[in-house]
Amino acid sequence: MSNANELTKTAGAFDIRNFIGVLLGIFGIILAIAGLVDFTPDEARRTGGIDANLWTGVGLVLAAIAFLGWAKLRPLRIVDTQGPTSELDGDQEA
Amino acid sequence: MEDIRLDAQWIDYLLIAIYFIFVLGIGWFAKRGISSSIEFLLSGRSLPAWVTALAFVSANLGAVEIMGMSATGAQYGMPTMHYFWIGAVPAMLFLGVVMMPFYYGSKVRSVPEFMRKRFGTGAHLVNALSFAIAQILIAGVNLFLLGTIVNRLLGWPLWIALVVAAAIVLSYITLGGLTAAIYNEVLQFFVIVAALLPLTIIGLNRVGGWDGLVEKVSNDGMLGAEQLSSWPGEQLSGFDNPVLSVVGIVFGLGFVLSFGYWTTNFVEVQRAMASKSITAARLTPILGAFPKMLIPFIVVVPGMIAAVLVTQLTQFKQISASVGEASAQAQTGVTYNDALLLLMREVLPNGLLGVAIAGLLAAFMAGMAANISAFNTVFSYDLWQQYVVKDREDDYYLKVGRIATIGACVVAIFTALIAGNFSNLMDYLQTLFGFFNAPLFATFILGMFWKRMSATAGWVGLVGGTLSAVAVFILAETGVFDLPGQGAAFLAASTAFVVDIVLSVIVTFRTAPKPAHELRGLVYSETPKADFEDLGEPKPPIWKRPVPVAGLALVLVIILNVSFG
Repeated sequence: MSNANELTKTAGAFDIRNFIGVLLGIFGIILAIAGLVDFTPDEARRTGGIDANLWTGVGLVLAAIAFLGWAKLRPLRIVDTQGPTSELDGDQEA
Repeated sequence: MEDIRLDAQWIDYLLIAIYFIFVLGIGWFAKRGISSSIEFLLSGRSLPAWVTALAFVSANLGAVEIMGMSATGAQYGMPTMHYFWIGAVPAMLFLGVVMMPFYYGSKVRSVPEFMRKRFGTGAHLVNALSFAIAQILIAGVNLFLLGTIVNRLLGWPLWIALVVAAAIVLSYITLGGLTAAIYNEVLQFFVIVAALLPLTIIGLNRVGGWDGLVEKVSNDGMLGAEQLSSWPGEQLSGFDNPVLSVVGIVFGLGFVLSFGYWTTNFVEVQRAMASKSITAARLTPILGAFPKMLIPFIVVVPGMIAAVLVTQLTQFKQISASVGEASAQAQTGVTYNDALLLLMREVLPNGLLGVAIAGLLAAFMAGMAANISAFNTVFSYDLWQQYVVKDREDDYYLKVGRIATIGACVVAIFTALIAGNFSNLMDYLQTLFGFFNAPLFATFILGMFWKRMSATAGWVGLVGGTLSAVAVFILAETGVFDLPGQGAAFLAASTAFVVDIVLSVIVTFRTAPKPAHELRGLVYSETPKADFEDLGEPKPPIWKRPVPVAGLALVLVIILNVSFG
């Protein structure tokens, strides 16, 4: 989308996909670090030997990349219909 | 009840805190888009289908669903899948394919408003009032469950937990309205999956994979292998005869109860009304059906795992099989409802535990937020604007919506406190409100396809149907006839449905029909086909058309029923 349309920017700031991507990303990084530096024998006993924090963390980071990438590739499009009502268009042409 | 104190560490609290910052952040960001009541109460009808579809699923994925379905899974096993595959998916597809064009195409702002346009103020007032009261009470029940969980998990006093939770819901809904509620539901969906999917996988790993689970469940010495196939589900339906059980599940749960719930409940329909076009509105429940049919694998299966893996719960199940649930609870200090929490405590490391707690808290709040956001719309448009203060400027109704939200949260806190003292009373109330749904579906479906149906028939059918359901329920409760398990609820709903239709037909032929020109968009035969399509938009490709996608979902759900039958 072009930068000529100022409304596009305001919509971009509030794209739920970015919210989801950033939250899952933060969760993923924290879990992955916890899994790397602090995988105790007690945890291994709980999970049956899987480093659950690390693998969940990796999974979440991948999911975060997918959401941020999707939002980047298909940004919100704003169609300014009559007057103040504006229409947000998500990913319908994906 | 014993405390199930989870050993939460700083890393868990950190993750929970981050999540709540995002929850409030969504409210704050969504606020910037709001300048009119339609934006506050219906998200300005602007959201894409995948967002409303996930919100549609999440709005129902609250405390009752997650704890209740994992509990039922621990108790009965795979037959619990029926609540998803038979009790939800077909009705969701029906809503998207058949009914949504009327709701969205007629440009009504709520389900009761459709009622008013089709049948006038008699049926409307019955519907709007019963819905509004039910939502506030159910919000209170949701809040109470949330408070109890926080209390048992983290040791906060109940009333503090209630006030904090209500304040968080209140702040993001008053700020961001339905948009904030919906976006939070979408976010919550992913956090829930991020918590429950690892929980299921680790749990499976502990019991020796799927084969290990099958082996342990078949040899549990109680219901055994019966818990591994969803049909005929005799334990669940309460019928001894397998044929009756299948009939009971398909018609009672699958048709009367679930169609009544999913197709007329404004909490759900509101999510679809917030979407940006008629195609997106129809796709909302249809796309939602796909996650809906997979959710039981991360809700019901963990319940089954907990029953064979967590010693306390295994003991509970054994004692309750021989002596009864009450003494089992007295001896072990747990119940089926604790299945998910017990499994979390058993297998999750710190870190993931934080994600799981955040996910559960999120689900409980979303349940309450969904009730509140549906309530404030019906209150503002259907009660206040229609019957109290008409014809004011839009700003006025936006203000009414915000005040209604605050009022609803305060009332919900008190309802929650009452619920804590009279838990049976609340069960009865919820069952009673369930009875409003079955006749509603009958009235809507008749009204949408039978143009002769008169306004008087609308409210007479509703009132008569509801009263007959209540009558059946009271007869069953007082022991006039004896129906085990879910039998009484199935019979009450079916009676309400039949009585509603019969009364509506009789009354219609004795009263005058509405003039045909008033029925455009409300009745199938009086609506030009073009009204049900998006004007000025190219026809979407086949994988985005509601009917083919719904067909695919139907095929998938049949495959699931066969492979896990």
